[in-house]
Amino acid sequence: MTDMPDRPALLTRWRPRGAVWLAAPAVLVLLLALAYPLAIVVVRSFTDPAPGLDNYVWFFQSAVNRTVLQRTFVVAAWVTLVSLICAYPYAYAMTIVGRNLRLALILCVLVPFWLSGVVRTLAWVILLQDSGVINSFLRGLGLPPVKLIRTLPGVVIGMTQVLLPFMILPIYSVMKGIDTRLLQAARSLGAKPWKAFLQIYVPLSLPGVYAGAIIVFILSLGFYITPALLGGPRSILLSSLVQNQVLSLLNWGRGGAMGVVLLVTTFVLLAIAAPLMRQNHSSTRREA
Amino acid sequence: MTASAGAAIEIRKASKRYGAFTALNDIDLHIRPGEFMTLLGPSGSGKTTTLNLIAGFTDISSGTLEIGGKSVTGLPSHKRNIGVVFQHYALFPHMTVGRNVAYPLTLRGIRGEERDRRVKRALDMVKMADFAHRYPNELSGGQQQRVALARALVFDPPLLLMDEPLGALDKKLREWLQLEIKRIHRELGTTFVYVTHDQEEALVLSDRIAVFNGGRIEQIGTGRELYDHPATLFVGRFIGESTVLRGMAETTGDGTTMIIGGQRIFAQGRLPGEARPVILLRPERVGLKRAGADAVTGENRLSGTVTEAIYLGSGSKYEVRLADGTVAVVRSPLGAADFAIGDTVDIAFLPTDLTLLPDDASADVTLT
Repeated sequence: MTDMPDRPALLTRWRPRGAVWLAAPAVLVLLLALAYPLAIVVVRSFTDPAPGLDNYVWFFQSAVNRTVLQRTFVVAAWVTLVSLICAYPYAYAMTIVGRNLRLALILCVLVPFWLSGVVRTLAWVILLQDSGVINSFLRGLGLPPVKLIRTLPGVVIGMTQVLLPFMILPIYSVMKGIDTRLLQAARSLGAKPWKAFLQIYVPLSLPGVYAGAIIVFILSLGFYITPALLGGPRSILLSSLVQNQVLSLLNWGRGGAMGVVLLVTTFVLLAIAAPLMRQNHSSTRREA
Repeated sequence: MTASAGAAIEIRKASKRYGAFTALNDIDLHIRPGEFMTLLGPSGSGKTTTLNLIAGFTDISSGTLEIGGKSVTGLPSHKRNIGVVFQHYALFPHMTVGRNVAYPLTLRGIRGEERDRRVKRALDMVKMADFAHRYPNELSGGQQQRVALARALVFDPPLLLMDEPLGALDKKLREWLQLEIKRIHRELGTTFVYVTHDQEEALVLSDRIAVFNGGRIEQIGTGRELYDHPATLFVGRFIGESTVLRGMAETTGDGTTMIIGGQRIFAQGRLPGEARPVILLRPERVGLKRAGADAVTGENRLSGTVTEAIYLGSGSKYEVRLADGTVAVVRSPLGAADFAIGDTVDIAFLPTDLTLLPDDASADVTLT
């Protein structure tokens, strides 16, 4: 079977020499503000106060540290899950509504970015506290109050709200490139509307879901202000422990070791997730 | 693919309105089982709307639609069991070619060996069996459309709808795929309904053609009927090349006489009613002669100047500016006398070699 050959393109991609230098300013900033301090943290975790693995031995021998590390990952997973459940239908709605409504929905996503995280978190304190808005409402209905402030659910709620845009935006950017005529094609082949959605649309939206989930998960791991203000002694996350070691106890070595443990664990999780993402073998974009 | 009997389609008094806009105005269309019917017309003429109604993508506003003798009003597209091929291929990018073609079978509960066998047969039919493990974005446009065709036929639908399936492909590939589609139609006996704005494509493929214009069907017939006996000026101009002559007309007995650029033209027959007649000439029914020479009895002659002369191998094509400013198109067969740009000539045609049609100003506008 010989098919008609595609004609060679007359124009090849415009690729001026030296274009790589356009990235120079960003690389410089990253080197100075990220790589260099990170290197110091890593080095000090092995050398401060004495060379060796003492800081890591201390970290893993402490039951508190292990519990907090585990809790940090559990909270990050919850935040990722709850964000996904809220973000997916929201992003889908953004792709199907009219232009004005879409603008309003985008605005709702972006406004939180314009507010200081501290201010937003304090607002959550007012909402969640024992005599706060939520519990007053429940009491008004004659229902028993729920303990939200200084609990893990409270922390998850607050963090989800802050991190939601990081889930919505990548999902939306993938969804808006999905050719919805594919759903029409699926229906013509005999798929009920919900089947067409599950079997065609959802798989095509997964790259956005993966991107959003990874961003939210990683940001959750290092979150500091929200868990510190909304959480209690039983909901302390690793970032608070690091803060305690470095700023209160001035123990740079132990703080650094905690940071390195968090970093390495994150890399391991990403390595596990990477093949999953590569599996999606598609250009979801509409073919010209 | 078993050679299943094709389904008949019966559309009666069908209209489709979007708010104040009427996309389809009271059309009647009967398609026979196993027929290759092409819906031909310019964009916005209602041909794609008709296809969408048959596919179940939109609902009819008024009128009736029957497929295979059963009314399908209110039946959603996934229950109609119709194959659809889209201009944009619409292959699922996250599935391989094999899984794309298997998809309608899986939906119908066909699994295992039976499914594999039918997928293979459908891909063999479009000569794409070697590509079963590729993804759509690894294929050329023509290959993708062949896969889409296999996917639309693998579940043996009695009816296949195609919406400008070759519109995005280049000319050579289009002509080759036209013949492939024709072959597949012959092999299967399925009813094919094909939408295009390309009249040549319609002539190549179809048993019959329905010509759409402004939400109405102007004429339904074989390519030959439409070309030789167009019912309206629009059809005459849309199918093939033509020259339209306008002038003062008077009826004389069983004929019509027209004054064009000061010269008298006699046409066989007359139009019923009060309609203003125009003359439609096919380029190969017109001869080109040296001014005033070689007169044949009863022949019509109009004088003009050659403004374009094109050698085509199989003959020559000329454009001749007539006295009234009309540019006439003439095709001369191989071996006829040659003319050059600037020559003063007569175009000559017999009263029986022209078509008399009622004038319709919209026919000129819609073509652009």
